[in-house]
Amino acid sequence: MSAKANILAKLRKSLEGTAPVADDYDVDLVTRPWSYPAAERISRLRQLMEAVHTETHLTTAADWPALLEKLLADKQLPSLLIAPSTAHGAQLAAHFAGREGLPRLKAYDRPVEEWKAELFDDTPASLTGTLGAIAATGSLILWPTREEPRLMSLVPPVHFALLKASEVYDNFHEVQQKQRWAAGMPTNALLVSGPSKTADIEQVLAYGAHGPKDLVVLILEDA
Amino acid sequence: MNSQARIPAVELSSRDLKHNAHNALGDAQLRGNMRKAMDSLMAKRLASMPDEYEREHLREMGNHVRARALSRLPELLERLEANLTRNGVKVHWAETTEEANRIVLEIAERHQAKQVIKGKSMVSEEMEMNHFLERHGIEALESDMGEYIIQLDHEKPTHIIMPAIHKNARQVADLFHDRLGEPYTEDVDALIQTGRRVLRKKFLEADIGVSGVNFAVAETGTLLLVENEGNGRMSTTVPPVHIAVTGIEKVVENLRDVVPLLSLLTRSALGQGITTYVNMISGPRKADELDGPQEVHLVLLDNGRSQAFADGELRQTLNCIRCGACMNHCPVYTRIGGQAYGTVYPGPIGKIISPHLMGLENTPDHPSASSLCGACGEVCPVKIPIPSLLRRLREENVKAPDDPHKVMRGQGSKYSPRERLLWKGWRLLNRSPWLYRVFGFFATRLRGLTPSNLGPWTQNHSAPKPAARSLHELAREHLEGK
Repeated sequence: MSAKANILAKLRKSLEGTAPVADDYDVDLVTRPWSYPAAERISRLRQLMEAVHTETHLTTAADWPALLEKLLADKQLPSLLIAPSTAHGAQLAAHFAGREGLPRLKAYDRPVEEWKAELFDDTPASLTGTLGAIAATGSLILWPTREEPRLMSLVPPVHFALLKASEVYDNFHEVQQKQRWAAGMPTNALLVSGPSKTADIEQVLAYGAHGPKDLVVLILEDA
Repeated sequence: MNSQARIPAVELSSRDLKHNAHNALGDAQLRGNMRKAMDSLMAKRLASMPDEYEREHLREMGNHVRARALSRLPELLERLEANLTRNGVKVHWAETTEEANRIVLEIAERHQAKQVIKGKSMVSEEMEMNHFLERHGIEALESDMGEYIIQLDHEKPTHIIMPAIHKNARQVADLFHDRLGEPYTEDVDALIQTGRRVLRKKFLEADIGVSGVNFAVAETGTLLLVENEGNGRMSTTVPPVHIAVTGIEKVVENLRDVVPLLSLLTRSALGQGITTYVNMISGPRKADELDGPQEVHLVLLDNGRSQAFADGELRQTLNCIRCGACMNHCPVYTRIGGQAYGTVYPGPIGKIISPHLMGLENTPDHPSASSLCGACGEVCPVKIPIPSLLRRLREENVKAPDDPHKVMRGQGSKYSPRERLLWKGWRLLNRSPWLYRVFGFFATRLRGLTPSNLGPWTQNHSAPKPAARSLHELAREHLEGK
């Protein structure tokens, strides 16, 4: 018999004569303590994210490119990885178009194998959208796509993320239900709750262990 | 004993727990590092769960979610496999660690892999996968910062969440200076940046990434992986092949089941509401995607778990979600550290898991290395009754070798005919009033002959000595005097 058949046979034999445990999932317990008035969601999200070293900024759908331009200058970032085929990527490209002295915008437009070394060694920052956020835990929701692949939010040392204020949910359970996650998951979905960190040495917190050292969230209030 | 004189953990055997513990207790540096770390972790857990109602009801819910999954485990494993396969993930089954290692090696050989980069995975520790691959000419490098530190020092993890918690910054500084030729610094940020630099190069070059799994969701065919560092994301995204290894018990029924378990796991482990990254992997790179592994494999490992599953009481061991809270609160673990156990899983949970993985013959003293203070059971996020399972394993440990009720491998490893005879005599004495009276008479009159050396008991206690007259005699005299 195969390993699979052996294992399953042993497990089934052990369950003979028993009935499955009933499903008594208590939705209230994972939602009620983690629900917030609409006005508090953003402030809670910011508070939790900033507590773990995330930079957050309130802005608008019209103004964020100018704010990002300023942040790039402040952080002295020479280039930014964007997804030009997304609406926000196109908006930023239009904002930068024809102007001198701005950071170079580059696109993730080919398989990673063709430019892995450049991605790792010469890509200081990136910009991605998000699928929303979770106020209960201070988490961004990312579902990478062909336009914004997985490594965009991981490899560059600085990650800028755009978040629409209207897409901040109360808790993880609510997100799963409202976005109908169980109906179909992408190849890779993520909750991101700050820049990469570790406390593996003497429990001293250090940021930038492997992923981004800086996470900057631009919250678009009128979106 | 200073850190330089310590015996490398790879040489510590699970059969020598008493000896290892004795040595560990003499290591003042280790005890200081552990005490400081555990005090901090206990405080963080409590601060993250201030509402007793929410905490206790959520623990109850966590227990029910795990019990529900285990009550239909075979069905869920098949459903998980079907959904993962539909998503393009290749699923493999292994009864033993040898089989699991062979599966990983076959995949590696098919891809002519020379370098493997590994995110934190306790199951791969069970498999001793690094050594196995290295014996076959494949470099296997740990990418979790703590795991990387102890791999450099040829040690095993001391804690399932914080593998290098027994080391302080000075010891890591020495290590990086000696092994990596880095300038000596005790600045933790600088040390982490050194690790980042070395490991980034390895992520770039690796042929295969290996990871563990925190929860495998049958409903959607999703592998969930929680972490703070990003090394898990790197290991599962950058190399062209990703191999996940996990025990068969890690499956949960639905995606929503992850919600309470995730909350319990991260708060119980480190006092965090959530980890920096929660990865949900449901398949390899699609044809039109630009990154992610082209192949994803899942290896489902039994290695003694079906033995624990066979017994309704011991099955609760498999509820474990690997948060480490039980060890953070254990007075024994805090004093001897994780390496003294000589097992992959140390502390209270290790003392009930390891006998199933390794047999009681290889873990004879583990069920007894507990004060049964109950702290582990009180903090367990999924309410595993660890103290009562320890007592149960103690019973299995002293069963006669020919006992027909065979529960687990190596049972009866502490069976002693002399001890059994003594207990039989004790039972007889207490069931026969006249024998008890005769025994009492002689025990009190001959109390001067009581031995002063009663083996291990008298190492730390004075020898018990009967009173001059038994309570029965005194009571009788008192009543007759009236």
